[in-house]
Amino acid sequence: MARAPRRADEPEAAPDLTAAPADVAAAELPPEVVAQSLGDYARGWSLRIRSGESGVLPVIVALVIIAVVFQSISNGLYLTPGNIVNLFQQSAVFMVLAMAEGFALILGEIDLSIGYVGAVGAAITVQLVQPGGSAKWPWWAAIAAGLAFCTAFGALQGTLITRLRLPSFIVTLAGFLIGNGLMLIVLLLAFSGFPSLSGSDVDRVTIYNLMWGAIDPTVSVIAAAAVVVGVGGWIWWSDARRRRSGLVAPPPGLSVIKIVLIGVTAAVVVAICNQNRALEPAINEGVPWVIPIVLGVFAAWTILLTRTRYGRYVYAIGGNPEAARRAGVNLAMVRTVAFALCALTAGVGMLLFASYLGGMSNNVNGGSQVLYAVAAAVIGGTSLFGGRGKPLHGLLGGLVIGAIYNGMYLQSLDVKYQFIVTGLVLLAAVTIDSVSRRGSTSGSVARI
Amino acid sequence: MTAPVAEASAKDGALLQVRELDKHFGAVQALYHVDLDIPSGKVTALCGDNGAGKTVLTKTIAGIYQPDHGQVLWEGHPVHIRAARDASRLGIETVYQDLALADNLDIVQNMFLGRERTRNGLLDEDSMERSAKETLASLHVTTVRSIRQPVASLSGGQRQSVAVAKAVMWNSKLVIMDEPTAALGVAQTRMVLDLIRRLRDRGLAVMVISHNLNDVFEVADRIAVMYLGRLVVQEDASTFDRQSVVEYMTTGGLSRSGGTRTQES
Repeated sequence: MARAPRRADEPEAAPDLTAAPADVAAAELPPEVVAQSLGDYARGWSLRIRSGESGVLPVIVALVIIAVVFQSISNGLYLTPGNIVNLFQQSAVFMVLAMAEGFALILGEIDLSIGYVGAVGAAITVQLVQPGGSAKWPWWAAIAAGLAFCTAFGALQGTLITRLRLPSFIVTLAGFLIGNGLMLIVLLLAFSGFPSLSGSDVDRVTIYNLMWGAIDPTVSVIAAAAVVVGVGGWIWWSDARRRRSGLVAPPPGLSVIKIVLIGVTAAVVVAICNQNRALEPAINEGVPWVIPIVLGVFAAWTILLTRTRYGRYVYAIGGNPEAARRAGVNLAMVRTVAFALCALTAGVGMLLFASYLGGMSNNVNGGSQVLYAVAAAVIGGTSLFGGRGKPLHGLLGGLVIGAIYNGMYLQSLDVKYQFIVTGLVLLAAVTIDSVSRRGSTSGSVARI
Repeated sequence: MTAPVAEASAKDGALLQVRELDKHFGAVQALYHVDLDIPSGKVTALCGDNGAGKTVLTKTIAGIYQPDHGQVLWEGHPVHIRAARDASRLGIETVYQDLALADNLDIVQNMFLGRERTRNGLLDEDSMERSAKETLASLHVTTVRSIRQPVASLSGGQRQSVAVAKAVMWNSKLVIMDEPTAALGVAQTRMVLDLIRRLRDRGLAVMVISHNLNDVFEVADRIAVMYLGRLVVQEDASTFDRQSVVEYMTTGGLSRSGGTRTQES
């Protein structure tokens, strides 16, 4: 008897599953694809935020909170030009590693090996520019060799994962251990102390300057202006062309706001970096090289992921591998290349770390680096379940972790508190994300 | 079985003609001497109980399975469809029940998945968006708010429409749809059935696999019924009633008045 009414309900209930209420449907739409005007956009945006589709907004809010808290407890030391540049430098490593991890995460995989694989690459580079040996390489060749190792290692892991269908978690866990061992082997070659970058020859200085060198202030201003004009002009031109041909395009006001935001960000960053960071009378000013390097990685991977077939397939595989397979996508190739690119990017990140440390030693902990990388990507908004994520998420998440790291360091708080606070921020990030999504009525498949 | 099949195969020039198709998996004979005609400009419904061989037959036509014996004639010529790519090249597109859409991609991206247009090595989004828009407009799919919205935000009927639009965009001549209305509500079902009629009116051959006899009688011009791996009947839809289709599906023939009914037609 108890069952009868339930059965009677079923035919009624089933069709309702497919019909979404209008406001829910509206909330799932990115505002930029439907907005006709700036007002429309603002309304769509606030609707999305309220329904849990907040995009990068929580990360920005988190950054503001972190800045306010540390600024108040550090007696104003936190937001000085010198410390902000230092913070960028510390964040750069997390940013690049998080962008590396992004390749694996968008595919719905994970790469635990990037810390140590990148560290082996960096160790190779640093060893190759050490003087004394017969085989001293020029800096560019040494960097190429280190990155080539990383790419090959990543491609090998990707091959095992795709051809032998082994889980990426296990393969890259093995890669983590093997990488740790290889790093020690490379570092202990011809042992006479760990390889350092403190020398006056051009090769070691160049690699040291990846992190610590700065561009002349005047050149910084001109280059930043050129980048803003170039990027802004391209945004305006392509949006205007799409509006003219009646394609989906953001309203003109939004294009302007985007361009202005890029311009303001660039102006603020350059203005801060052009302050003298050294104590008088010493001079240390200008945009550090690491900023254009990180932006270069960011631009390259953003173009690859959003503007090429390859990137489209990465997202398609992350969203629905079966759909990609039926569409004729070579899944094994796309995945293998993604693991290779992940390791290559990790090589860049750990090279910057070696430059930051001024050398390599057995203390380099690739384990915590990879965990920070995953945390940064997730804090930035990349999904652990595949299909969603952008290089921008790695950039913002890396900045959050760098900001915490720097603030705790400034307070001379022990590393143990730093771990705890970073862990709590990670938990907060996934909790906010998950709870706001669950609270929203939009329970569609992509929302995990 | 003999009378209807003989009558149907007399209609030469059907777009797709399947002749004497056999397929077995191990000891299981999934298809046995199947003859089927799919003419252009008509909706052919393929009915049958679970395990009757509908899916094996469609997958054989779509190139997923290879037949053991028999012939497939496409526009009168024998063809060997060895892969889904071969089927696409001939103009056969299949919309599977799971639709094979990536939820995280938008409508345009899904419609062009695997066949993206590029210019100077970069995706030519403008041209793809324009074509997708034209195709959707020609099918009167007007309920989506923006073709740049992710597929995750679409209703079931809209997703089905996108999958169909994806199939017809490539100058396809035959669209095979597997249970297109299975998961849909009333309004959504209506939308999809309208879409199927529109494909027919464009002159495409449409083959619909369905359990739902309401939908079959509403949209089909021809009905073919499978029973235990055999195609037991294929006829104009007007010669069937619900009762007779059910009987063909469950027993493979008509026990009482079936013979006379088909002769009447």
